[in-house]
Amino acid sequence: MIMDAAAAKAAASFSCVVFLLLATTAGGQEALRPYTVVGDAIPAPLTGSDPERGRAIVTARQNTCLLCHSGPFPEQRFQGNLSPDLKGTGARWSEGQLRLRLVDASRLNAETIMPSYYKVDGLTRVGTAWRGKPILSAEQIEDVVAYLTTLRDQ
Amino acid sequence: MTVGLKRLAPLAVLLAFAAIAAHAEIPLNERRAGTADLAPETKAMQDDDSANPGMLVVLDGEALWKAKAGAANQACADCHTDARASMKGVAARHPAFDARLGRPVNIEQRINMCRVERQQATPFAYESKELLALSAFVGNQSRGEPIAPPADERLTPFRNAGRDDYFRRQGQLNLSCAQCHDDNWGKRLAGSLIPQAHPTGYPLYRLEWQAVGSLQRRLRNCLVGMRAEAYDYGAPEYVALELYLMWRARGLTVEIPAVRP
Ligand code: HEC
Ligand code: HEC
Ligand code: HEC
Repeated sequence: MIMDAAAAKAAASFSCVVFLLLATTAGGQEALRPYTVVGDAIPAPLTGSDPERGRAIVTARQNTCLLCHSGPFPEQRFQGNLSPDLKGTGARWSEGQLRLRLVDASRLNAETIMPSYYKVDGLTRVGTAWRGKPILSAEQIEDVVAYLTTLRDQ
Repeated sequence: MTVGLKRLAPLAVLLAFAAIAAHAEIPLNERRAGTADLAPETKAMQDDDSANPGMLVVLDGEALWKAKAGAANQACADCHTDARASMKGVAARHPAFDARLGRPVNIEQRINMCRVERQQATPFAYESKELLALSAFVGNQSRGEPIAPPADERLTPFRNAGRDDYFRRQGQLNLSCAQCHDDNWGKRLAGSLIPQAHPTGYPLYRLEWQAVGSLQRRLRNCLVGMRAEAYDYGAPEYVALELYLMWRARGLTVEIPAVRP
């Protein structure tokens, strides 16, 4: 039973314990950078980027990707299955398309459950700890985009 | 829909809720309590009263039930005698409408009303050991009974408010309860299986809490998970959500105190 409880704790289950940690790691208070949507993409980067940091961001629990997605992360015990596996995303989508999917996936599909990671308006009853901040900073978005483009194996 | 509907009340309630079915409500024959998805060890823990930590809390509740308290120096048992008879099915039909307050009250609030008005004692705080113990004890008397929301038309606007909250996207993650619990139940949110969110077992023992907690504590966890503003314990918004969840779970079996991961 003790094992069971420990596993449950480790499982990023939908809990206070896990989510309160997030207050300190959200995107920061800086103003959003402007971007231009062309078709279904944002072709120009928001900032510089580092794919290795991007992998760390995608797999860090507080950034929520693995709540819904699985991917080529053999070291991650708990991965979600609410959405497509991230394996091969770099082969399926251009850098600009990935950028828009992260910045504001709801532009492509208003019904999507995927959160808009770089957006602060149009939200309801956001908790005080997270209010007025995007989920990821511009730098983090670019790191993740740079990492996802490396995922070419289907 | 307003005139002399006492006799038609159940029908009015049914009609009001037929509208919900148009949303993605889970068909009645596919509804299942969280118990159905427990790991075998956890299920065994829930089923065995000597292993279920919630039963210790039920025993604490029984002691409180029998203890004289307040300026009236009366025990719950002095008025309600044998809980097995007087409290059977009571938790299965709460929240219920309280005519004097003009709003629904959940089982914790109902217990506190007797505590204040009948025992003339100070109310227990939400999530206090005492209130959890008494609500677990009272709830346990309904174990095995079907969840039976009252067909009371006065509840309808409150239940509708709870339903609206359930379907509303909120928080930094911009999710609704329904997107997880109606559209994605049975799938994995990282390591956790998403249940259908039927409140069959509260208060219950959660392994992650290492403690017994109320339904509102559970709802709070989900709201914080969505990065939404949690309500204060006892807030009308929680009672409205409870009403809607009990309606969704109508007919499922009460299993207080349940065990969950
Ligand atoms: C609440 C669930 C959820 C979370 C959290 C989430 N996603 Fe998604 N994601 C989805 C869904 C569902 C789709 C499928 C397309 C759609 O509905 O928009 C998707 C699609 C994608 C796609 C396109 C996949 C493909 O090949 O079609 C990428 C890339 C992606 N997400 C990356 C991420 C990253 C990176 C994160 C974390 C920063 C993340 N997602 C967080 C639900 C989620
Ligand atoms: C002095 C007598 C008295 C005491 C003491 C008392 N109650 Fe009550 N209780 C009542 C009466 C009378 C009612 C029903 C009438 C009403 O609505 O107030 C009631 C109603 C209830 C109900 C709702 C029952 C239903 O069928 O909906 C619950 C639950 C309850 N009491 C629990 C308790 C608990 C727990 C205690 C001890 C903390 C307690 N009561 C102490 C007299 C008492
Ligand atoms: C992102 C998905 C998600 C959202 C959104 C969500 N929940 Fe949950 N909920 C979960 C998960 C996962 C669990 C089970 C956690 C566990 O077992 O550790 C759960 C558990 C529950 C339970 C307990 C069920 C049981 O069997 O004991 C209830 C009730 C519940 N949620 C209600 C709600 C309500 C009401 C909302 C909206 C305010 C909501 N949830 C929003 C994922 C979600």
